[in-house]
Amino acid sequence: MNKWLPRIPLADWIDSFVDWLTSTFGGLFDGVSSGVENSVDGMVNVLGLFPPIVLTIIIGLLALWLTKKSIAVFTFIGFLIIDYLGYWDAMLNTLALVLTSVIISIVVGIPLGIWSSQKQMVRKIVTPILDFMQTMPAFVYLLPAIFFFNIGVVPGVVASVIFAMPPTIRLTILGIQQVPADIIEATESFGSTTAQRLMKVQLPLAMPTIMAGINQSIMLALSMVVIASMVGAPGLGEEVYRAVTQLKIGVGVEAGIAIVIVAIVLDRITQNAGKRKKRGNV
Amino acid sequence: MTEENKKIKLKVSNVTKIFGKHTKKASQLLSNGKSKQEILKLTGATIGVNQANFEVYDGEIFVIMGLSGSGKSTLVRMLNRLIEPTYGEVLIDNENIISMSKEQLRNVRRKKISMVFQKFALLPHRTILQNTEYGLEIQGIAKQTRHEKALQSLKLVGLEGYEDQYPDQLSGGMQQRVGLARALANNPDILLMDEAFSALDPLIRKDMQDELLELHDSMGKTIIFITHDLDEALRIGDRIALMKDGNIVQIGTPEEILMNPSNEYVERFIEDVDFSKVLTAGHIMKRAETVQVEKGPRVALTLMKNLGISSIYVVDKQNRLLGAVTAQNAKDAAENGVSLLDVLEGEVTSVPSETLLTDLFEMVSTASIPVAVVDDRNRMRGIVIRGALIGALAGNDSYIHQSEIMEPSVLKEVN
Repeated sequence: MNKWLPRIPLADWIDSFVDWLTSTFGGLFDGVSSGVENSVDGMVNVLGLFPPIVLTIIIGLLALWLTKKSIAVFTFIGFLIIDYLGYWDAMLNTLALVLTSVIISIVVGIPLGIWSSQKQMVRKIVTPILDFMQTMPAFVYLLPAIFFFNIGVVPGVVASVIFAMPPTIRLTILGIQQVPADIIEATESFGSTTAQRLMKVQLPLAMPTIMAGINQSIMLALSMVVIASMVGAPGLGEEVYRAVTQLKIGVGVEAGIAIVIVAIVLDRITQNAGKRKKRGNV
Repeated sequence: MTEENKKIKLKVSNVTKIFGKHTKKASQLLSNGKSKQEILKLTGATIGVNQANFEVYDGEIFVIMGLSGSGKSTLVRMLNRLIEPTYGEVLIDNENIISMSKEQLRNVRRKKISMVFQKFALLPHRTILQNTEYGLEIQGIAKQTRHEKALQSLKLVGLEGYEDQYPDQLSGGMQQRVGLARALANNPDILLMDEAFSALDPLIRKDMQDELLELHDSMGKTIIFITHDLDEALRIGDRIALMKDGNIVQIGTPEEILMNPSNEYVERFIEDVDFSKVLTAGHIMKRAETVQVEKGPRVALTLMKNLGISSIYVVDKQNRLLGAVTAQNAKDAAENGVSLLDVLEGEVTSVPSETLLTDLFEMVSTASIPVAVVDDRNRMRGIVIRGALIGALAGNDSYIHQSEIMEPSVLKEVN
């Protein structure tokens, strides 16, 4: 250790910065907090209106419509298993948490991705932030999230969004940049405005890549459910967490299987939804 | 059509593109007459196009030809500012598009100048019809109108019935037709075609060239066509600009370029040209010996005797071709006292003077007398003999005239 250089008090600076944020933007955080909480609760309540068997059939039919028969059958049986294992309500909570996180990721991530694809400056700023979001250990930002949003589902959503949003942004940028240069030239040569080029050419052509990004975001959000449960988010993660802390291996595996089923169903449905688009997209 | 009374559609003056960082210094060196290599060494900047100057007349097909890396694609992209010139002017209908605002430029691109691309550059997520109407759609033209115009232009390129297909369902040739239809749908004055047929296989390419020429005949657009293929340039170009290392080295009609290559580079370029696809009957024909029909068989016989030939073409007073007569037949006619008309061989082979040599081979090899060359009113212009055809193909200049006006030359020639 170098003693002749004073230690940088970065930790202290960050502590006071977090304090300052909490006291200054407390109102804003409360607003965000109640907004997110309402949307998660709302989703759970709406999904809870259906008897498990009805919702299972609906999701099964959705899978059939968007994908193929085998996946629909898997969906149907998988959700039945979750119900019969007794994790139906926990599963609804997890689904609501994941969907809320993903919707936020999409609403923020896609415009940010589009902007970054158009302006090199923005891209240069956004890319390192994304690196941060993906590699910084989740526990590090879980704590300040509790400061800002209290214990419960909201810091869980925030942690999931931070971890899950980067693929959506990255793949939006990639998808737009991958549109072949001669096609861009052609659209320019006919006198397109920037908005026309974006809406009529770049975004439609980037759509499969953007969908792959959203699919990745969903999977990452699901992978965060156990961590989210540590700050009080209810759901399958909570079951796993409790089982692990109480050394109930069987229960842990049960809840874990439920998570895997949800993950596979969401993955297959979103993956195929991107491909199902009319031909020519490839 | 003399060049003086043609309207200038597009004028390029001093257009230069320098790629790299030190463009200011490079352009200074360039105006001091330094070469591309020297400038690259001194500044690291690459000269894409060096002070190009040319004019394109209304309704002509102007071909810019050069090998890859000669700057032809860069040059054509500066004509609609897909690439910004470092300096220079591009005047379309006397308006300098280089100084235009984005808005004005967009308008020019929408209304006056369209482009066809080497790799077609169709939008894969749109149907053929939607691709064709793209240019109209972004102008905010009503759906009904743009459908109609797009359909019309698809019909022009022979793609009726394919409206609802997607580009990847079509062959390369058909895709490029869509590219052409898309460019035509805007009804532009000028078509820029960047190696438009280079990605197609040779047979399809030839068909497309023919169709382009037909379209050009019927629509009269000004076409600026980029190619690296000399045969293509010679086939479709009214005038050709040859490029090398960013410089335009020669501009002229195909004939001027072939006959008077301005330097060694052009010479080398054209040395492999298949002359049979460039030279026409008019280039190699000789003055025809003819006899007017009312002069009678005796005169015909005398002429043949004096010239040492065994048959002679018979024409009327307006020099229109009637047929040919052999010495034997003329002799019989003279003895029996009948007119030349009665012994005339009416079924003679005649071709217009624009006929390419490649199309002459068969006729010349099977005809028993030299093939007659006639104008559009069937007037005798000259004859093509085997020796001249073979001589011209061998590249022997003495058999090739640069103009089609005949000089009296060797007459003693029996086929």
